[in-house]
Amino acid sequence: MAEPMKIRATLQGDVADVRILMLHPMETGQRKDAKGQIVPLHFIQSVIVTHNGKTVVDAQWSQAISRNPFLGVHVKGAKAGDKIAVTWTDNKNEKRTDEVAVAAAS
Amino acid sequence: MNVLRRSFLKLTAGAGALTAAAAAGLVASGQAWAAAWNKTGFEAKAYADALKSLGATNLVQSKDIVITAPDIAENGAVVPVAVTSKIPNTQSISILAENNPFPLAATFDLSGGSEGYVSTRIKMGKTSNVHIVVKADGKLYTAAKEIKVTIGGCG
Repeated sequence: MAEPMKIRATLQGDVADVRILMLHPMETGQRKDAKGQIVPLHFIQSVIVTHNGKTVVDAQWSQAISRNPFLGVHVKGAKAGDKIAVTWTDNKNEKRTDEVAVAAAS
Repeated sequence: MNVLRRSFLKLTAGAGALTAAAAAGLVASGQAWAAAWNKTGFEAKAYADALKSLGATNLVQSKDIVITAPDIAENGAVVPVAVTSKIPNTQSISILAENNPFPLAATFDLSGGSEGYVSTRIKMGKTSNVHIVVKADGKLYTAAKEIKVTIGGCG
């Protein structure tokens, strides 16, 4: 099963600074393993970030995104305690959703 | 593996015909972009084809797109790229690495209420221009930055 994401959402004014770290191999389909066999494509195709249930970022990715992908976005009109949920789907149709609450600025 | 590759190529060819129709629709409606994974764009091997899949024919150079990335990336497997678009009503941001085997790296649809900012890490096979295509109010803007890569990140 897919590993949990690390998500941090911090309020800066009325904008939430959301940083997401996903754990995923992101295989390009070009790399060869020790036996010379090509490692098949395996990568996150879609990442959806929602703010209190409303989609704010809809990202489409290719295999050119690095392994264990990082994504940073700024969500407008956020308040402390708002829910930020992130869902990714890869090309093998595996999914993972994690949710955090927006933390007040420190 | 060869069999897989063949069917993969066949798929791509089939999708090519679809794009011509889809591209027109994308520009007109703007909303269709978010609907499905841009298969043709992501599987395009030439930079020009990837641009075409974004409906990018009349690109305007813009100074309002700020690309934050290193001038020299030692490790092509992890190249941090952050994009800030100061263009009002930024709807989407796409990242393309010109010399990658598949140039289109990502498209971010921000129309739902995000600031024109994304930050991520991409792989780069070799030294290349990284192009950003920003869509705002139905128009397309672009900016580029050359990133030198010491060790490629595709193998």
